[in-house]
Amino acid sequence: MSEIYLSHNNVVSNYGFDSLAAVNEIKQEKSSLQLIDDSQILSKPVCTSRMDTEKLKEAFALLNPRESYTRLEQLLIVSLEKTIKASGVPLNERVGLLISTTKGNIDVLDTQNPFPEERAYLTVLGDKIKDFFGFQHEAMVLSNACVSGVLAIAVAKRFIQQGTYDHVFVVGGDLVTKFILSGFNAFQALSDAPCKPYDKDRVGINIGEVGSSVLVTKNPNALAKESVVVLGEASCNDANHISGPSRTGEGLFRSIESAMKQARISASEIDCISAHGTATIFNDEMEAIAFNRANLQATPINSLKGYFGHTLGASGLIETIVGMHSLHQNTLFCSKGFEELGVSKPLNVIGKTTQKSLDIFLKTASGFGGCNTATIFKKVAS
Amino acid sequence: MATRYHIEQYCRITNGRISKNGALVFESAETEFSAFIKTAYKTLGIAYSKFFKMDSLSKLALVAADLLLVEEPEKNMALVFSNNASSLDTDRKHQQSIQDPDGYFPSPAVFVYTLPNICMGEISIKHRLFSENSFFINNRFLADNLFDYTNSLLAMQKAEKVLCGWVDFDHGKYDAFLYVVAKNGTFTHSKESINQLYQTI
Repeated sequence: MSEIYLSHNNVVSNYGFDSLAAVNEIKQEKSSLQLIDDSQILSKPVCTSRMDTEKLKEAFALLNPRESYTRLEQLLIVSLEKTIKASGVPLNERVGLLISTTKGNIDVLDTQNPFPEERAYLTVLGDKIKDFFGFQHEAMVLSNACVSGVLAIAVAKRFIQQGTYDHVFVVGGDLVTKFILSGFNAFQALSDAPCKPYDKDRVGINIGEVGSSVLVTKNPNALAKESVVVLGEASCNDANHISGPSRTGEGLFRSIESAMKQARISASEIDCISAHGTATIFNDEMEAIAFNRANLQATPINSLKGYFGHTLGASGLIETIVGMHSLHQNTLFCSKGFEELGVSKPLNVIGKTTQKSLDIFLKTASGFGGCNTATIFKKVAS
Repeated sequence: MATRYHIEQYCRITNGRISKNGALVFESAETEFSAFIKTAYKTLGIAYSKFFKMDSLSKLALVAADLLLVEEPEKNMALVFSNNASSLDTDRKHQQSIQDPDGYFPSPAVFVYTLPNICMGEISIKHRLFSENSFFINNRFLADNLFDYTNSLLAMQKAEKVLCGWVDFDHGKYDAFLYVVAKNGTFTHSKESINQLYQTI
């Protein structure tokens, strides 16, 4: 079976309009989280990361849109346009479009929002993106809670291996909205300071907002220099609780084992882990248990939530993209916000950005509904 | 295009009727979903302690899945669901609870159901399935992607069987069509056959 690559990629975030804008700042251990006081989204100040609205509008206007687009559509289109352009892949009948989002245009449900409620249907969002670029097939939309971004890569890979497509553009994003913040706040899961994954003083998550995109392809030619091969992937449910992580890390542990089996590698061959690390008490503890069960307790690990916050449907995608750059630059990125281990099992949390020869990384994510995913990537030999 | 896999069994819930493999198993004149599904749940003898705490989409999906899984010994079964409305029915409820500053009262019990894949989590809990879940959104029932994706999961040995189909709940209207794909079974697993089973019930 042919190998599947992740190639050209883009992240539109508070850091800037491409992946390197984010990666270069992450390398300097600079967070993009900031305290925002906006009563439109929450009655109290909230620590978040959002692309500046005016800058986004300017960037979007350069693409000569012929109608009005929502904020999320603008984010996704601006990101995807850059990835399509960089890839040079013509959008013919062998090219698919896969959208990863948890809530899509959920802000249109607010009676103050100028767009009609129909825009909240995720296939309407899919059509807007498809039509903007002229994709020949309907957009596939994956909405699988916080694992959507990582799972989308596996989904794209499978459709290519099944022969449905030769290339799939995956684009992911979600907004920071009153809808989302009020919900996480009702769970008492929000931190009003920058989050601290795996730290003993962690108190909760920050929600962030990005648009991101990547080309998944079977074509080994014209790859981006930071490209990786997907060695193995798996997704397993905890079968335990819809909003609480498993106490044994069951689904995550099984996902990692299954992904390693498909990749035909052992735990010792994994150079680093880009974990979910939301900085809630229960999530981080669950991950520590699962990584220990998988014998990965000594493997350097980070959570990137301290840089972007939790960007929901985009999180797995941007964290994979940053992981690709991490391999390419042979650099372990510091797990921002971490000072002292606050989980019950040992973890080798990266306390400082360090140069190291890297070849293989593991990306994991977990989410509501008890879902977990693990995907293993290997640097493309130059 | 057919594959070496087969459809083992299927079920449908819509317009007051519940059928399994084409045979009617429950019927009610009740037009309102919550009353209909409650009677169906009791009549069919389904037992899940959280049933009455769940949203409509999860109730619909759980009852449909139970018809096919209640006597199913295989636990290595992936779930691949799709619908049009995602979790919009519950999203609207959450939005109502935050729309006005005076009546601002978001509830975690509602918010947790504002994701379509939660219904697969409920089914996984009830049937002890530690397997893959994927939820796709399409504006109508579409066999094409379900067919390719299911074949991929089985061919890559990610699961022994796949429970897949459609579960949609929107503005009081409900429609569930689930089927089990396995190595052996009565019905052909092809796009045409899937569409036919969906349309003829």
